[in-house]
Amino acid sequence: MPNRLAASLAVAVLSLTACSSTRPAGGPPASSAAAMTASAQPASQFFDQAAYDKQLAWRKSTPTGDPSKPWLQTIEPQMADTAKFKKPGPWHVCFSNAGVGNPWRVTGLTTMKEEVKLHKEIGEFTVVDAEGKDDKQISDISDLLGKKCDALIISPNTTAALTPAVEKACQSGVPVVVFDRGVTTDCPVSFVHPIGGYAFGTDSAEFIASKIPKGGKVLALRILPGVDVLENRWEAARLAFQKAGANVVGAEFTDGDPAKVKTIVSDYLQRFGDLDGVWMDAGATTVAAIEAFQDAGKPVPPINGEDQQDFLALWQKDKLTAMAATYPVYQWRTAVIAATDILSGRQVPKEWVLPEPVITEQNLAQYVTPNMPPLFYPTCGCQDMPGFPQTWGGK
Amino acid sequence: MTGALRRVPAIWLVLLIVTAVIIWRNPSFAEPLSLLTFLKRSAPLIVLTAGQLFVIVTGEFDLSAGALITACVVVAAKVSAGDPALTWPVIGLLALLGAGVGLVNGLVTTLLRVPSFITTLGMMLVLNGAVFLWTGGSPTGSLAPEFRQYGRETGYAVAVTAVVVAVAWLLLHRSRFGHLALATGGGTRAAALSGVPVARMRIIAFVISGLSAVVAAILLAGFAGLSKEAGAGYEFQAISAVVLGGAVLGGGRGTAGGAVAGALTLQCLFTLLNLLGLEKPLRDTVQGVLIILAAAFAAYRLRKEQ
Repeated sequence: MPNRLAASLAVAVLSLTACSSTRPAGGPPASSAAAMTASAQPASQFFDQAAYDKQLAWRKSTPTGDPSKPWLQTIEPQMADTAKFKKPGPWHVCFSNAGVGNPWRVTGLTTMKEEVKLHKEIGEFTVVDAEGKDDKQISDISDLLGKKCDALIISPNTTAALTPAVEKACQSGVPVVVFDRGVTTDCPVSFVHPIGGYAFGTDSAEFIASKIPKGGKVLALRILPGVDVLENRWEAARLAFQKAGANVVGAEFTDGDPAKVKTIVSDYLQRFGDLDGVWMDAGATTVAAIEAFQDAGKPVPPINGEDQQDFLALWQKDKLTAMAATYPVYQWRTAVIAATDILSGRQVPKEWVLPEPVITEQNLAQYVTPNMPPLFYPTCGCQDMPGFPQTWGGK
Repeated sequence: MTGALRRVPAIWLVLLIVTAVIIWRNPSFAEPLSLLTFLKRSAPLIVLTAGQLFVIVTGEFDLSAGALITACVVVAAKVSAGDPALTWPVIGLLALLGAGVGLVNGLVTTLLRVPSFITTLGMMLVLNGAVFLWTGGSPTGSLAPEFRQYGRETGYAVAVTAVVVAVAWLLLHRSRFGHLALATGGGTRAAALSGVPVARMRIIAFVISGLSAVVAAILLAGFAGLSKEAGAGYEFQAISAVVLGGAVLGGGRGTAGGAVAGALTLQCLFTLLNLLGLEKPLRDTVQGVLIILAAAFAAYRLRKEQ
């Protein structure tokens, strides 16, 4: 009997492996993942004081251009001359995409294809999907270089691995536009990106800290370690919580999986009885975190998310204390616009820094879009495009 | 078979001890509401374990169960697109899918004589790949609250689980099918010689496992919502729970009650590790060490029996 007992215990423990969750996430992170560097450095390695200060200042600055068309706006632009790239249409524009592994990217690609339709001069638009794999994207880019593209748009899968491929593309003489995740070369004619991770992390953590008592318990949920924009968001948030005197009781990795998010939040509720706030480094699974509180019969504490429709709708319906820092989808439009500007010989910003809208209780109503699917992102800037809403799955 | 029955109490005792430790660490766990919530969280694993039990007692494995759960969740979201009116048609479609996958697993294993380890591992890859191709890597659509209520609302989840467990118990211990299934795994050649339709028993066991994955998928989709990793790792948890419940890999021995207790014990252990507040990486390390110990114990038990 004791042997049997021991054996049963042993097997019980054996099966725990099935639950361990440090398996590397396949493909890009679940939500608005930006530049990735596949290194396992400690988090502090990702902190860059100069970039932090710059981004926090950009949050307060007024972007140039029409606020109703944020995809055309830019912050503190240094214009690059593009006269040498000017050529008559029709153009062949090529796009090497990191992948469509999350709803943010799905909305983005749909928006981009519609933007292309708005430019009569683009005769042909070729999209190659790297399915979240560095090696595939490297060979995709070299294939595209043999296809007589007039301009090449690249959304890199990871920073370090794709830098040489982007450099090779620049050397071929084709004007290159990089957007979303970055690379460590400045050879592209234009690099399009929103303000960045430090702004996201600061905005969201400051909001939560302002809504909870001093020393309040905050749970931080992160997708995965080692992705620079996500690390930046977390570093900035940690700093903001520290300044506000909030007690971060845990920082857990979720792989962007709602089931894991729900289990982790339920576990923490069981351990601590309650939580005063939940901070998320990306918004795709915010609804799962909220459900964990609702299913446990507890009030939902201050929480942040992104502009994913299911979260915005739930926030509005249940009148939550929430905010959404965003990583706007309209940058997919901007990338195409930058390419057409370059081929027309118009100046473009060398670094096209886009504003990063923050959704609060006050402006929530203008972002909740009725009759759109739950995984829609209203910062697509696509509401005025022909084909809206059907092309984006709306009714 | 009496040996199998005598084995049941061991796991119940383990369950009792683990539960007692949890209650000692966190007395609120013993409240009826907490217990029901715990049952709801365990529901998908209990159901999947009940299905896996049939495959294991007939001497096979089903490694495709987790991938089948994921496929069901993704298909349900994409096909129904959040339309509540489609709840039952979609459940019907999933049942067909689950039974179909089980049938293919069974036919390949018995008629083509491919070891089930390979058959179902292959099926797992096929399902994962098909889901990726079909969705382009990101699940689309949504699940209506009417579909999710079965896993999200405690009453439904507990009721569904109770029904599944009762059916599994009747089928395994109170029906001719169960008797033949145990005979199939206990001594395949002897069973075949005494007229047991061995291949048919195994095919049916795989279909039962497939259907249990469908029910687990509905419960899990309700609990957690749409996820492209919904079922990842569940097949290993279910096989562990079955073995923990006193069934023998290789077949012939196993009880429905033991399997349920195995699943509950596993969930209790997860809860306990969380209550102890182990950091996730440290938890993984502790688990790794314990696995090696566990494998050693299992080998020791086998030696004693021979």
